[in-house]
Amino acid sequence: MTKFMTLKDAVATYIKDGDTIALEGFTHLIPFAAGHEIIRQKKRDLSLIRMTPDLIYDQLVGAGCVRKLTFSWGGNPGVGSLHRVRDAIEHDYPCKLETVEHSHAAMANAYEAGAAGLPLAVFRGYVGSELPDVNKEIATITCPFTGEQLAAIPAIKPDVGVIHAQKADRAGNVLIEGIIGVQKEVVLSAKNSIVTVEEIVDDLNVTPNACVLPAWTVDAIAVVPEGAKPSYTLGYYDRDNNYYKQWDNISRDRDTFNQWLESHVFGEGEA
Amino acid sequence: MTTHNDSVEYTSAEMMTITAARALRNDMTCFVGIGLPSEAANVARLTHAPDVTLIYESGTLQTKPDVLPLSIGDGELCESALATVSVPEMFRYWLQGGHIDVGFLGTAQIDRFANLNTTVIAANHPDSGKSGAHSYANPKVRLPGGGGAPEISTNAKEVFITVKHSKRTFVKDVDFITTVGFGRDGKGRDNRPTIGRGPSVVITDLCILRPDPETKELIVTSLHPGTTKEDVIEATGWEIKFADTLEDTPAPSEKELTILRELKARTAKAHSAQGAK
Repeated sequence: MTKFMTLKDAVATYIKDGDTIALEGFTHLIPFAAGHEIIRQKKRDLSLIRMTPDLIYDQLVGAGCVRKLTFSWGGNPGVGSLHRVRDAIEHDYPCKLETVEHSHAAMANAYEAGAAGLPLAVFRGYVGSELPDVNKEIATITCPFTGEQLAAIPAIKPDVGVIHAQKADRAGNVLIEGIIGVQKEVVLSAKNSIVTVEEIVDDLNVTPNACVLPAWTVDAIAVVPEGAKPSYTLGYYDRDNNYYKQWDNISRDRDTFNQWLESHVFGEGEA
Repeated sequence: MTTHNDSVEYTSAEMMTITAARALRNDMTCFVGIGLPSEAANVARLTHAPDVTLIYESGTLQTKPDVLPLSIGDGELCESALATVSVPEMFRYWLQGGHIDVGFLGTAQIDRFANLNTTVIAANHPDSGKSGAHSYANPKVRLPGGGGAPEISTNAKEVFITVKHSKRTFVKDVDFITTVGFGRDGKGRDNRPTIGRGPSVVITDLCILRPDPETKELIVTSLHPGTTKEDVIEATGWEIKFADTLEDTPAPSEKELTILRELKARTAKAHSAQGAK
């Protein structure tokens, strides 16, 4: 059953060094505030999973929290590279980073398999791609009914799933609207889950087919207004495209990044 | 490069986008990649194909953005969509389920069999015996990775590719096959009845290429105005062949250019505005 907690307490309670953590949000609803709290609490040796690592994992990797990264598209959307991730891959700075690389379809299927309690995901994928040559988690399986060769990868089952959502009601039921990505799947596939929300409301006013996570599927809810900035929350604020563009300069240089980390994360600054 | 069309001037980049846009028909469902494909698909929707169905991997079905998205999941895509579904549903039901006519992709590297590389540029790659695993272990430039492309390319009925023409991009063999065109030998789709027919057209800023029906090697079928065969040969990393009957790509119309320029101006204005509502 869900508990309302501060973000600080939620991260301290559920995230341990060495855990496998998935902070999701497909461009929309990226849980930046939660990521920054993980950095502030100096969590280490995390295995991070995320379809699109985005700036949030660039920051976590650059801050030295991460040992392993599983992803399917690693860039700063519309801008360029994730320089902190590249520095870790190419120069082991600030520490060595192991990577496991998939396609979007593979990871989406693996989250769904995790939510469905299956050990693996089966899909028509990776045909002709050389990704299976460099990722030993990609296997081939033969359909017992048709003989078709299909791709199989392990289900994603993180220790902790972390997402941001628009709102929760006072009982702790969570409503997610807009681009919902794999938000529901990551919470249902994870052993524990933390959800940050823009606000608590008396009534979610849901339509019958809305994307709702019942209170009993979520461990901790923290109210964090603007908790997805510089990504966006539909109905609350837009994506801060300038931040994404400026990140290119901040992240390119180790010292500039470390100064940013001190002033904007450890100093609990504006970001 | 700037070219004249009677009274109208246009750049080679505009020529590429407008030619790519013309490849889309009004009755198609198109799974759109970010960047050049997204620009071309929206120009198509704003010109000759007002009913074309545009779908982005973020889950936005039948979207009609007023400005081009900077990321694949911009709010604009969701707010102008008929409906927005989850990402697993998008890849499983809509793409893998066979509801997409065309996957529209860009790339960092493309080879003679239209294989695409968005994973890694290799350091000191040997000329022969190319191996993706070798490149992966010896990276010179780490690229973003596959994203949706590996399955878009095989689960859409056909694939359009648009990319700027240069020797660095058009290589004989890609360093790494992220997304299959026709495989290392051109036979990658043979005896695979459950996948799509693959790339049918590649639109660049110089020309249009299509796979040879037999060998699947890309050959030039149409030259853009002002482009010579020598220009294409110079910008291609393999011994490029030309179709026996080489066509002349029609120049952009004034209307197409106006719509493209207005779209880009709206986009630039929207993206430079700061975030908060």
